[in-house]
Amino acid sequence: MAGQSMTSSAVPAGPQESIFGFTKAQFIALLVMFAALVVAPFFLYPVFLMKLLCFALFACAFNLLIGYVGLTSFGHAAYFGMGGYITAHSAKVWGLTPEVSILIGALLAGVQGAIFGWVAIRRQGIYFAMITLALAQMIYFLCLQAPFTGGEDGIQAVPRGHLFGFISLAPDMNMYWFVAAVFVLCFLLIHRIVHSPFGQVLKAIRENEPRTTSLGYRTDDYKLVAFILSATIAGVAGGTKSLVFGIATLTDVHWSMSGEVLLMTLVGGLGTVFGPMIGAGVIVAMQNYLAEMGAWVTVIQGVIFIACVLAFRRGIVGEIGNLLRVRL
Amino acid sequence: MDEIFGIPTPLLFGQLLLGLINGAFYAMLSLGLAVIFGLLNIINFTHGAQFMMGAFVAWMLLNYLGIGYWWALILSPLLVGLTGVILERTMICQLYKMDHLYGMLLTFGLSLILEGVFRNQYGSSGMPYRIPPELSGAWDLGFMFMPVYRGWVVVFALFACITTWLVIEKTRLGAYLRAATENAPLVQAFGVNVPRMITLTYGAGVALAALAGVLAAPIYSVNPQMGTNLIIVVFAVVVIGGMGSILGSVLTGFGLGIVEGLTKVFYPEASATVIFIIMVIVLLARPAGLFGRA
Repeated sequence: MAGQSMTSSAVPAGPQESIFGFTKAQFIALLVMFAALVVAPFFLYPVFLMKLLCFALFACAFNLLIGYVGLTSFGHAAYFGMGGYITAHSAKVWGLTPEVSILIGALLAGVQGAIFGWVAIRRQGIYFAMITLALAQMIYFLCLQAPFTGGEDGIQAVPRGHLFGFISLAPDMNMYWFVAAVFVLCFLLIHRIVHSPFGQVLKAIRENEPRTTSLGYRTDDYKLVAFILSATIAGVAGGTKSLVFGIATLTDVHWSMSGEVLLMTLVGGLGTVFGPMIGAGVIVAMQNYLAEMGAWVTVIQGVIFIACVLAFRRGIVGEIGNLLRVRL
Repeated sequence: MDEIFGIPTPLLFGQLLLGLINGAFYAMLSLGLAVIFGLLNIINFTHGAQFMMGAFVAWMLLNYLGIGYWWALILSPLLVGLTGVILERTMICQLYKMDHLYGMLLTFGLSLILEGVFRNQYGSSGMPYRIPPELSGAWDLGFMFMPVYRGWVVVFALFACITTWLVIEKTRLGAYLRAATENAPLVQAFGVNVPRMITLTYGAGVALAALAGVLAAPIYSVNPQMGTNLIIVVFAVVVIGGMGSILGSVLTGFGLGIVEGLTKVFYPEASATVIFIIMVIVLLARPAGLFGRA
């Protein structure tokens, strides 16, 4: 087997002061994050921020799997994109309220995750990555052909609707607060999952699966539940994104989206709390400002991938944490 | 007899032939992936991009230097294989002590770069590559018309696969290779230069992908995305076959190509997904793959 694990943490875990399960440094970072969420829409374009938050949430969901269980899924676009399609369909065709639409989208992404996870966890490592990629490609072809997704056109003109039936989300600022609330809720949920006894077992599986099995844990069951949770939250992210932009398209189920979320997590730092968010920020900002460069964006992404793998395996947040000798 | 199961025979055999051709590419690509995985323990995600490069180098040789198909069949794999050797020496060799997945991430990044560069240079629309005059035309087989070039692709791909198998199973070099796959440090202790063998193996696997690319150039239009969509299907083929056996990869590749061709005749809606569905069934019944070792 391979020597160095993907996400062995640089700082030893000792008994540390904790505030709501966050270390002191993490708690300060959390407060900074809240402050940034409140202040940012007054300085930056809200739609850009919402896009960023959706991808940050997607990356956090992905990190739950790769960072804390050590499972590299190469097909998370399937859950993100499917969440988007189902949410868009619920909001547009069935006329449901946004929160219910997102819940339905997340639920179906979770069901899909349960089926695919059940198939994929039969193999490990590289095979797991290839299987998740192949299954996601199958979903891509299904979405291309299925009548309800609208094929190449996607589902367009999806209404943002009224939150709980009476708060209009059409104004960008209202939508922003809604997206920020969804993000914070899911972020805290992931934190809670990771720091629960269940999460401890997940990390044990990441460090040494045979040993965890020998301690009497059914590791496959734990991996499957983690997979479902990750897929569900990815579905929430996809659904929210489809409401923000009023459109669900094939782009979100394409394999390149699976690569992008992997890149975001890698750039931010695998297995860190705040890394996926920072990584999503870097990649989304880069795509935004370099949009007119066309295919060169793909080239730059490839270069970042290689730089991360060869030189910065800890990612931005991991490197900062290493410098400050704290876990972030 | 004009019909079989209510399907006109020319249609049936036409799709079977297309299936065989796709199968030939699946077989050659999954063979390369298996050989590289056996020794390097990485999944070469760049394989699709290298297949595409093989086709592009053939196109460039023809359009910039006037070098035709037959020379391209030799030169393109050599050139692309050489870039593979450089990649292995400069980047991939740094990852052997790391988790296998880093190799996959690195080669994924490389494939993004290659695809992006070619898209910038040549755009997304494909460029035609003419069938060499010696292989144009078609034979009338009685029940169908067989384009000569398509027959050539199937025969040549089979030849390439069997040659690879013979080299690995029957030669001294192949014996070293198999031994190093089992236990590299021990083979090195016997005085075999394992790092050089690893480099050359990667180069050979890449050259095989490029060879498939040259073969594909006159059939598909030469375009930057031609490899990426193919490689995901090839991953499914590899999962179905398991990477344990060379002949297994070849058989699985051709077999799945034929299944895909038949699906196009009997239930066209499923033709894009049938291989993935077979993958799921195989994983449920035999997780190690048809020819794999658990």
